[in-house]
Amino acid sequence: MLYSEKVMDHFRNPRNVGEIEDASGVGEVGNAKCGDIMRMYIKVENGIITDCKFMTFGCGSAIATSSMATELVKGKPVEEAVKITNQAVVEALGGLPAHKLHCSVLAEEAVKAAVKDYYDKNGIAYDQEEYASHTHEIVKDRHEK
Amino acid sequence: MIYLDNAGTTKLDEKVLEAMTPYLLEEYGNASSLHSMGQKAREALEKAREQVAKCINAKPREVYFTSGGSEGDSQAIISACRLGERKGKKHIISSKIEHHAVLHTLEKLEKEGFEVTYLDVYDNGIVKVEDLKNAIREDTALVTIMFANNEIGTIQPVEEIGKICRERGILFHSDAVQAVGHIPVDVEKMNIDMLSIAGHKFHGPKGVGVLYARSNVLLTALIEGGAQERGKRGGTENVAGAIGLAEALNMATIEMEEINKKQLVLRDRLISELSKIPHSILNGDREKRLANNVNMCFEGIEGESLLLLLDDEGICASSGSACTSGSLDPSHVLLAIGRPHEVAHGSLRLTLSKYTTEEEIDKTIQIVPKVVEYLRKMSPVWDQLEKGVRKHVI
Repeated sequence: MLYSEKVMDHFRNPRNVGEIEDASGVGEVGNAKCGDIMRMYIKVENGIITDCKFMTFGCGSAIATSSMATELVKGKPVEEAVKITNQAVVEALGGLPAHKLHCSVLAEEAVKAAVKDYYDKNGIAYDQEEYASHTHEIVKDRHEK
Repeated sequence: MIYLDNAGTTKLDEKVLEAMTPYLLEEYGNASSLHSMGQKAREALEKAREQVAKCINAKPREVYFTSGGSEGDSQAIISACRLGERKGKKHIISSKIEHHAVLHTLEKLEKEGFEVTYLDVYDNGIVKVEDLKNAIREDTALVTIMFANNEIGTIQPVEEIGKICRERGILFHSDAVQAVGHIPVDVEKMNIDMLSIAGHKFHGPKGVGVLYARSNVLLTALIEGGAQERGKRGGTENVAGAIGLAEALNMATIEMEEINKKQLVLRDRLISELSKIPHSILNGDREKRLANNVNMCFEGIEGESLLLLLDDEGICASSGSACTSGSLDPSHVLLAIGRPHEVAHGSLRLTLSKYTTEEEIDKTIQIVPKVVEYLRKMSPVWDQLEKGVRKHVI
């Protein structure tokens, strides 16, 4: 089997699929040309992410990592949510094949992009560097490989 | 399971297994041995060679058993190039939609200083004979163009290509892995100098193939060893495999018309029903395609997730998405016929066999649209298409 049972579970029964109409922040990362796009919606109340939903165009692991990422950030304070790394997503899924690791990076970036959007909308200051997207580098990396 | 990945590989026919079994359990001698068991294996091997030769209208001594299609492609191309370079000919003509066994061999030769012209296949997936004529140069050593494409099933004008090559004195190789056993192949009539065949594409065993090489073509051995296969392919002969391939090819040749007739009906139903899915498109020419091939793109979704969900529903299929090809780019074949990257990622290949039933096709027609719709519902790309933020291309 290409994927672990946990990955297949999140792929077959993705958690939190859909849109949040009055979202506090929305982030979209990836590129359709490369075969994966993730869009993440967060609802923030009193500094806590009370709801998180996603829409993903991509392979099995792209859908599974998005699903897992929403689970990980839900109920967490915003500052904590942005600290969730791609490694944490991978671990929570019981591992990913090496050539699918970029999906977890996309998931991490989708969360960050949604938070960034929330900060922007609410005039909250943040470190630009920390929220810069690395998607292009990942894509470049994959090209070189 | 509904198995619709027959361009990938096929089920071994039980009659083929029956023909092979004695040569695995009883007459297992080495075909190069002098004793009676060895000689019995030799006789059976030569009979298999004759059978194969008959099916493609070749002479038995022009049939070389190999390990499969990739070996045949590699050996044919390398042999032609070695012959060419002795005369200072270092130009090859091929197409943009060849199998990787051909493309990667050509890439290797390009690094050695050969020049390759890759013919366009336009939006229908078929080369133009005019383009071939224009591409021929004084130093053209080889034309290698596949008979039928493994992804989109399009059939190339092989007979016309063969005629031109013969007139111009250029060697012509055709990767016929998807064609042999499915459509008539006649190396004499079609002026083919070299042809690659794989046993497992027509209900024969895996790991055995044939390279046909016209008697005037001097092959370069890729595997050194004994004098097997007239010194052109070292290694103990895969006697049971060769017998299996020959038996399978013989059966496929006899049953060809009848099987194609049945498959055409099922294929055309699949195409017309799946085409009802909004923003879907058939890949490859509607008419000039193998009777068992359906290949479609569905906008807004990605192929790997489609395959995994179909597998959950009991359907084995294939896709040309980047994720399934193991690279960043989607299928080079779909890109060559002009599908944009994002559309090519959402491709689905369904390939039938003589075992495919009407009920299986009915079920597939019910399941595929549901899965496509489900994936579109969670796709941000589909959302953009629906909202008009992104423009539909198909």
